[in-house]
Amino acid sequence: MKDNNKYWKGLEELEAAPEFEAAKENEFPENIVMGDTIDESVLGATSDRRDFLKMLGFSVTAATIAAGCEMPVRKAIPYLIKPEEIIPGEAIMYASTSFEGGEYCSTLVKVRDGRPIKIEGNKMSHITQGVTSARVQASVLGLYDTNRLRGPLHNGEPVTWEDSDIEIKKQLNTIAGKGQKIVILSSTIISPSTKQVIADFKTKYPTTEHITYDAISCSGIIMAHEKTFNSAVLPKYNIRKADVIVSFGADFLGTWISPIEFAKEYSFKRKVDKDNPKMSKVYSIESNLSLTGSNADERYMIKPSHEGDAIIQLYNAIAGKSGANKVSGGKSALKDDVVEAIAKDLWSNKSKSLVISGSNNVNVQVLVNAINHMLNNYGRTLDISKPSNLRQGSDMAVKALIDNMNNGTVGALIVYGANPAYDLPLATAFNSGLEKVSLTVSFADRNDETASKMEYVCPDHHGLESWNDFEPYPGNYSLSQPTIAPLFDTRAAQESLLTWADAENTVYYKYIQNHWQTNILGDNISFQSEWDESLRDGVYRKNVEGTEVEYTGDAGVAASALLSANSSKESNVELVLYEKTGLGNGFFANNPWLQEMPDPISKVTWDNYALVSEDLANKYGVQHEVDNKNKKVFTISDGNNSMDLPVVIIPGLQPNTVAVALGYGRTAAGRAGDNVGKNAYPFASFDGETFNYNLANISIQKSSAVHLTAITQIHHNINIEERPVVRETLLEDYKSDRYAGTSTEKEREKLEEIRETSLYNFGVDHEYNGHHWGMSIDLNSCIGCGACIVACQAENNIPVVGKKEVARKHEMHWIRIDRYFYGNKDNPNVIHSPMLCQHCDNAPCENVCPVSATTHSDEGLNQMIYNRCIGTRYCANNCPYKVRRFNWFDYQSQDSFGADTIIANEHDPLGMTEDLPRMVLNPDVTVRSRGVMEKCTFCVQKIQVSKLTAKDEGRPLKDHDIEVACEAACPTNAIVFGDMNDLTSRVALSKKDERNFHVLEEIHVVPSIGYLTKVRNTKQQENA
Amino acid sequence: MFIESAIRPALVTGKKSYHDVTVDIAGGVEGTASKIWFAAITVTLLALLWGLYCMTLTVWDGIGTFGLNRTVGWGWCITNFVWWIGIGHAGTLISAVLLLFRQRWRTGVNRSAEAMTIFAVMCAGLFPIIHMGRPWMAFFIFPYPNTRGPVWPNFNSPLFWDVTAISTYFTISLLFWYMGMIPDLATIRDRAVTKIRRAVYGTLAMGWKGTARHWHRHEIVSLHLAGIATPLVLSVHSVVSFDFATTVIPGWHTTIFPPYFVAGAIFSGFAMVLTLMLIARKTMNLKNYITVDHVESMNKIIILTGTIVGVAYISELFTAWYSGSFYEQFAFTNRAMGSYWWAYWIMMTCNVLSPQLFWFKKLRRNIGFTFFMSIVINVGMWFERFVIIPLSLSKDYLISSWAPYQASFVEIGIFIGTLGLFFTCFLLFCKFLPVVAIAEVKHILKTSGDEARDKSEKMNGIPEGAERPVVNN
Repeated sequence: MKDNNKYWKGLEELEAAPEFEAAKENEFPENIVMGDTIDESVLGATSDRRDFLKMLGFSVTAATIAAGCEMPVRKAIPYLIKPEEIIPGEAIMYASTSFEGGEYCSTLVKVRDGRPIKIEGNKMSHITQGVTSARVQASVLGLYDTNRLRGPLHNGEPVTWEDSDIEIKKQLNTIAGKGQKIVILSSTIISPSTKQVIADFKTKYPTTEHITYDAISCSGIIMAHEKTFNSAVLPKYNIRKADVIVSFGADFLGTWISPIEFAKEYSFKRKVDKDNPKMSKVYSIESNLSLTGSNADERYMIKPSHEGDAIIQLYNAIAGKSGANKVSGGKSALKDDVVEAIAKDLWSNKSKSLVISGSNNVNVQVLVNAINHMLNNYGRTLDISKPSNLRQGSDMAVKALIDNMNNGTVGALIVYGANPAYDLPLATAFNSGLEKVSLTVSFADRNDETASKMEYVCPDHHGLESWNDFEPYPGNYSLSQPTIAPLFDTRAAQESLLTWADAENTVYYKYIQNHWQTNILGDNISFQSEWDESLRDGVYRKNVEGTEVEYTGDAGVAASALLSANSSKESNVELVLYEKTGLGNGFFANNPWLQEMPDPISKVTWDNYALVSEDLANKYGVQHEVDNKNKKVFTISDGNNSMDLPVVIIPGLQPNTVAVALGYGRTAAGRAGDNVGKNAYPFASFDGETFNYNLANISIQKSSAVHLTAITQIHHNINIEERPVVRETLLEDYKSDRYAGTSTEKEREKLEEIRETSLYNFGVDHEYNGHHWGMSIDLNSCIGCGACIVACQAENNIPVVGKKEVARKHEMHWIRIDRYFYGNKDNPNVIHSPMLCQHCDNAPCENVCPVSATTHSDEGLNQMIYNRCIGTRYCANNCPYKVRRFNWFDYQSQDSFGADTIIANEHDPLGMTEDLPRMVLNPDVTVRSRGVMEKCTFCVQKIQVSKLTAKDEGRPLKDHDIEVACEAACPTNAIVFGDMNDLTSRVALSKKDERNFHVLEEIHVVPSIGYLTKVRNTKQQENA
Repeated sequence: MFIESAIRPALVTGKKSYHDVTVDIAGGVEGTASKIWFAAITVTLLALLWGLYCMTLTVWDGIGTFGLNRTVGWGWCITNFVWWIGIGHAGTLISAVLLLFRQRWRTGVNRSAEAMTIFAVMCAGLFPIIHMGRPWMAFFIFPYPNTRGPVWPNFNSPLFWDVTAISTYFTISLLFWYMGMIPDLATIRDRAVTKIRRAVYGTLAMGWKGTARHWHRHEIVSLHLAGIATPLVLSVHSVVSFDFATTVIPGWHTTIFPPYFVAGAIFSGFAMVLTLMLIARKTMNLKNYITVDHVESMNKIIILTGTIVGVAYISELFTAWYSGSFYEQFAFTNRAMGSYWWAYWIMMTCNVLSPQLFWFKKLRRNIGFTFFMSIVINVGMWFERFVIIPLSLSKDYLISSWAPYQASFVEIGIFIGTLGLFFTCFLLFCKFLPVVAIAEVKHILKTSGDEARDKSEKMNGIPEGAERPVVNN
């Protein structure tokens, strides 16, 4: 009976078997599995109490000592947000500056949980005024580049900073002792503190020389100003002040000097106001079809070698009006009536006009200066009293350096922010000279073409990890602050220089502060607060007195020099080297976002190519074909160099011109950038003064090879009458009829009728009582630069798919820019039309989805529910705008099975799914898995954040509260997002504009995006 | 006793007795398979295996293995889906509609036509699933109670209608086929000499005893199922056509689609029935059950449906022109004269022009020619779907997004795989199940057989040996 009350675990216990009784004594009857980390040696180790106390004592002491040392406190001050409330999951914006690849932009860096993930423009900047470019948008990805160096290298082998410092210092002292030159070769430095650091370095090593060059040189302009104004500076161009701009091949909207600033300034005069319909007029005279040319009101094509002649023609025409002496003219590159019309336009807009040239030829630029001088533009639309610091390179200096290196007079070469072995046209001579330099040091962040040839590589921080200051124009300062602790064992280049110079203070942050205290802000009691304020705002402005200059130029001399030089420089086929709007000079070659951004003109990704007109291609046996898989190849040769490039035919190229983009053909850029395209830098020639990018005496030959090109848009004839998906009008017509080009009276009535009628008389499908989100895109401001594409990619975690996939039309961009040609086939007009999900109120995609994975929100958003999507692709088929994107493969390693179990995702050739690049992902946006559809969400995460903020603050949402990614990035503010129910919002007003039209309105999908008709400021319909 | 007119050709020739019918048909099931059968099934199994490999690739790697792109979201797979569904249409028509219309000639072909329907629908059903980005989530498409709200599928979506229509169709066809087969399975059971065969066919026959009550119920259920299935002939392909007709894409957005698709489906279905019948007839010695008259009757339906399809094609062109919509006009100009012009003209030739040859009686009754035509029509109908589906997508509204489409080996492989599946199933059916409805043939033997005709002639005073409109070959 008693036994019945006993609980027993098993028969062994009940029967009290002896082995069981013995085992019961053991507390842990089975071997405890500790994993592989603890093996026998650990478990079996014996230590007595004494050892334990010894170890305890040591570790406590060590921890105490370590914790007791003072750590330098470096303050990074968040922008406009109380720093004491850093809330996990909430983004903080830090003001900073980006100056990479020669492009200046004052920025705000969005930091989420300690990781910079997005870059926006800083609206407090007077230079870039809150806008960005594709390159600036993409630069954040550069921080997480897997090809960055993890630490210093000595002859390619990892080394400690201490060892390398000792060795470098020793060698520098020896070299300086011998009186040999120490050369710091850098790209343009606009940091006053860095310049001071170099000056300090010079004090320590007096034989130091600082030589600056720019990958894409502007030294022609600088030298021309020395000749005409005795002032070797680059002028500040005030595009906003110019009513008439004549550009001779200067792509100021895309790549020339400071495109972000110029595009923003340009946009002010391109917003057509219906009450006061006025806008600036841009003439473009060029050989290649540049982004600026595609946006120009009037565009004329000339042979590259005729640029000087055309400028002389214009000079003479203006001289005829101003009464100045004419110079002896060359060929007539432009028709006389064209020159006369341009001159007339310029002359009637005296002091409000601007003539610029992208040429690097000194004589050409002297003539341009002379024209601007005659037009009284100096001090108004361009300014040399407060010049630009953005290009300081001197081609002659770098040529002299290469000679000196080959002579053996250079003892040490320190390369900072430059990659001369790749981007110097004289790279071969540079490389051979490099072997004769005893100490070579590079600050490159990767083992690039130059760094790999150097003895020491002392990697600099990435821009987002470093302190720095910038002075793009005198008195306009900006700062950059670290937004993340250095990811790798890198050191600021300035600190390296200071260390080698045995400076007292080698902390660059302190150094900048000291420099600002002594030179910029002033050593007064309010310094700290002023510094904090500048750091918070990112920018600081100070009045500086301009230096007065006097015109001493002689156009006649320049013209005759030009003519005599040009006589030998003409051939049947000529080469123009240009920068692509996306990739620029090649600095960003390893940035997959930029590589995958379709070029605004050619829509090619992942390549450079021979851009030619149809005439030229036909002449060499290449026909236009839709097939991009087997593009025919040209061998382009100048006698010394040759390259094989695929032929891309584009209307609007001068028929004797082959245009090839620089910045490609890197061999040591990294996984994404290596061997993409061909390096065209060696083709640039040195004419004794400057590098020239227009080359004559080029031979081309059709090669038997074929090349895969990844083009996102193919050429087709478009008849605007039949497919009115983009609309344009002339300013004259617009003045008389605000509806001109947008719709005819009949159309308007019909559209009104369509909007009201429905086959199904159920009344309205959707009612929007709260917000009703919408967008307006001004085709007149949009320049097609592609900043929105990259901004969207960064904001919304859009995968990079690589060249092969783009070639299969699997690109994933949520916003694209459709390029349409129309008019004259040889010199067509171009319209850039951003196309993204139109968030239709009667969306055809929504009703076809069998599982309701795409639905309509009560705020008018067309939503995607990724985890509901089964991937029938029915929605994409039924989208008339074709803006839906399908995850064909597991591009992001998000699958629940398959590729994520394999370390290398074969559908991610660029390693974008590795841990480091993944740090750039926006945690607010779902990373999509394979097999689901995705598309523009109108940045629903941004809408949500702004709504919550407004709610927290107990106020209604204001018009400017939400800035979607594409809108925020747009350098010309062509995109406006807002609430259409708020009748005072910009978008509601735009929708009421007479220029407003909806793409494919006639199929009654009721899109929420309105477009504003493009207005062209020209009288003729078709260019001559 | 009901005796048919002597003028009508006999539906069963060769003066068969009831026993002859049983032996002729059940004998095929009982004997060992021929070498040709083994050779054929080897080929079809290889095709099936290749298809399975391609399907594995698709599921493992993603739809990226297809040649589809951002513009063309549906290509070969949906083309094949519609094609197979179309082929599946003849079965229902023959079994249900002809039953209701008391077309006695159907007995010779209905069994295999129904089998073909089931296999074709199986092949068709595979495509929408394999074609999904996430096929493992395919069950989302069914309206099942769930704990997520519940979340229902989108009842507005034609794809959902498709699921409903096709699953209904498959169920009804399967039931109909099986129902009809029960007496025949019992016949085989009763003749079985091995234990296994008796057990298997016994189970399949579900205890059929051939009593009057059984026969009565069998007939009633057949009629009811026929009644239910008849609307399906019209509805299934109409619903499939809604996938396209309800969209906004020029070339898809067409109100003519439902009748046009139904006619096309019957057209291609009859062609496929002919292909299979003519082979079975030859290899399995069923000339007396599937006579030239059967072939001719089916060819007549082919002329009718082919002509309807032709009228539809031309109406489409007219509507496009008459609509005044540029996009619509372009879509059709592009079909006929764009880069895939040849696909359009193959379609036109195969589907509109070639069936017109059947107006000649000689050709209509020519077995070789009919076989050739049945292949031509199926090729033509495949191209019809190809022309409609990817071609309309590849050049729609915005020129910027136009993209060419070319199928990858995976898509072609899956198609080959379904051909493999179809023919493998059909070969197994030929070997293991009664190819001709034994009971139904017996049912008409006394009224429409050779001997019945003799009797009828005698009654009508037609001299013996007078020429009958029967060609034996």
